[in-house]
Amino acid sequence: MRRNQVAVVGAAETTKLGVIPDMSQIQLHADAALNAIADAGLKLSDIDGIATAVETPQQIAHYLGITPTWVDGTSVGGCSFMLHVRHAAAAIEAGLCKTVLITHAESGKSMIGKQPRFTPPDSLNGQFEAPFGVYGPPSMFPIPVLRFMKTYGITHEQIASVAVVQREWAAKNPRATMKDPITVEDVLNSRMIAYPFRLLQCCLVTDGGGALILTSADRAKDFPKKPVYILGTGESVETPMVSQMETFNSSRAFKVAGPLAFKEAGITHKDVDHLMIYDAFAHLPLFGLGDLGFMPYEETGKFIADGNTRPGGKLPLNTNGGGLSYMHSGMYGMYALQESVRQMRGIAPAQVKDAKISVCHGVGGMFAASGTIIFTNEK
Amino acid sequence: MAEAQRARPKPTPETQHFWDGTQAGELRLQRCDACDHVYFPPRPFCPKCASRKVSIFKSSGKGKLYSYVINHRPAAPGFTPPYAIAVVELDEGPRMMSNIVDCPQTPEALELDMKLEVKFEKLDDKITLPMFRPAKG
Repeated sequence: MRRNQVAVVGAAETTKLGVIPDMSQIQLHADAALNAIADAGLKLSDIDGIATAVETPQQIAHYLGITPTWVDGTSVGGCSFMLHVRHAAAAIEAGLCKTVLITHAESGKSMIGKQPRFTPPDSLNGQFEAPFGVYGPPSMFPIPVLRFMKTYGITHEQIASVAVVQREWAAKNPRATMKDPITVEDVLNSRMIAYPFRLLQCCLVTDGGGALILTSADRAKDFPKKPVYILGTGESVETPMVSQMETFNSSRAFKVAGPLAFKEAGITHKDVDHLMIYDAFAHLPLFGLGDLGFMPYEETGKFIADGNTRPGGKLPLNTNGGGLSYMHSGMYGMYALQESVRQMRGIAPAQVKDAKISVCHGVGGMFAASGTIIFTNEK
Repeated sequence: MAEAQRARPKPTPETQHFWDGTQAGELRLQRCDACDHVYFPPRPFCPKCASRKVSIFKSSGKGKLYSYVINHRPAAPGFTPPYAIAVVELDEGPRMMSNIVDCPQTPEALELDMKLEVKFEKLDDKITLPMFRPAKG
């Protein structure tokens, strides 16, 4: 895909984030979509492409009253929206549509109008993982952690520092769910969830949504908000079974998606001003820093513990507070994208000064899928 | 109220041999006749070279502890926390999820790379699960 041919011209989250007991999941989609459409100065009838995950595109298109000529229902977990951005950019470049709406929403806390997750007993997960007591992401996602720690000499304190640093960022974000400062000791003394992980190393469970509107760069300059260009993209999948990853020392999906995006963008790591790495659990930023090639895996824990990713550090990471402190409705990728767009527009509550390139890296399932989007505000 | 039960696997035509094996006290893996690749979970072709000529064979049932969590909450139906959910690396190469039995469910007792051996635990007349215990000797 060519660089900077497509831009984000509308971006918004739901009016409220956190606990939203007065809205069903589909209405959260609509709330986010209407906010994004207003942000772009468009009408619903201007939208000719739609992408969403978990809910089907036909549900969202019908509910909003949209008649699309291009649809994408890619649903690979929390990074689905990174893949939607990539697919939408390709579709716009190919002339399949002009203006794409991508929506995410989840009544993750209130569970209104949300289908419960179900693992069929004759699926591979149902036969070869479920009988051994996996029960929701906290029991599955941290399974690789002890091996990763042993291989690279990462300490419990270093992984705990991920949550501490991200809380510092969250404190600067009025919409963050958790803003009170915490220490490494607080993290290591919080309630045990699935050893080695404790409560403060696991993502929040909240309600919310977000939406993006993309169009060609040529049209983008006529929109009310500063365009944010798509500089590079990557995607991949590995396995729906965490036990069947090729290795627990890295994520194959990360290692494919991340470098693809860097290559397409034509940038090196030192060009990155702002970084989002989807943090459903505290080990993900370590995997991301290693798999995306920022540094050797052995250095990732120390890099974060030493404060390099905190406010004022040399690599600002998860500047909204992340899934650990900002919000996490179940599929957090959309909120990482929203923060990258805010940073590129220069309007983030914890704005990184003069940031020109933002890397936004997502995960789906338990390392099952990955998508990376690199944004820039310069064409 | 009936006691909550552990999730039961339901075999498919492609996995039936594996579950027949655990009932017969065998841990069955597959090997590609064309490229010798040993793989899991079961499927009637080689995921490395796509050959449909594959054979079923009995694993040694020996392996080592690759990684794990000790789950505290929420607990799956039929489990009493804390319990370890482990990934075992078999001597033949493939890895599989399992539980570690005959061993305290603590970080001190569960050492990465400790040697393990399969122990079959019958759930009912149709399903026997492959569990692992610390290897003897």
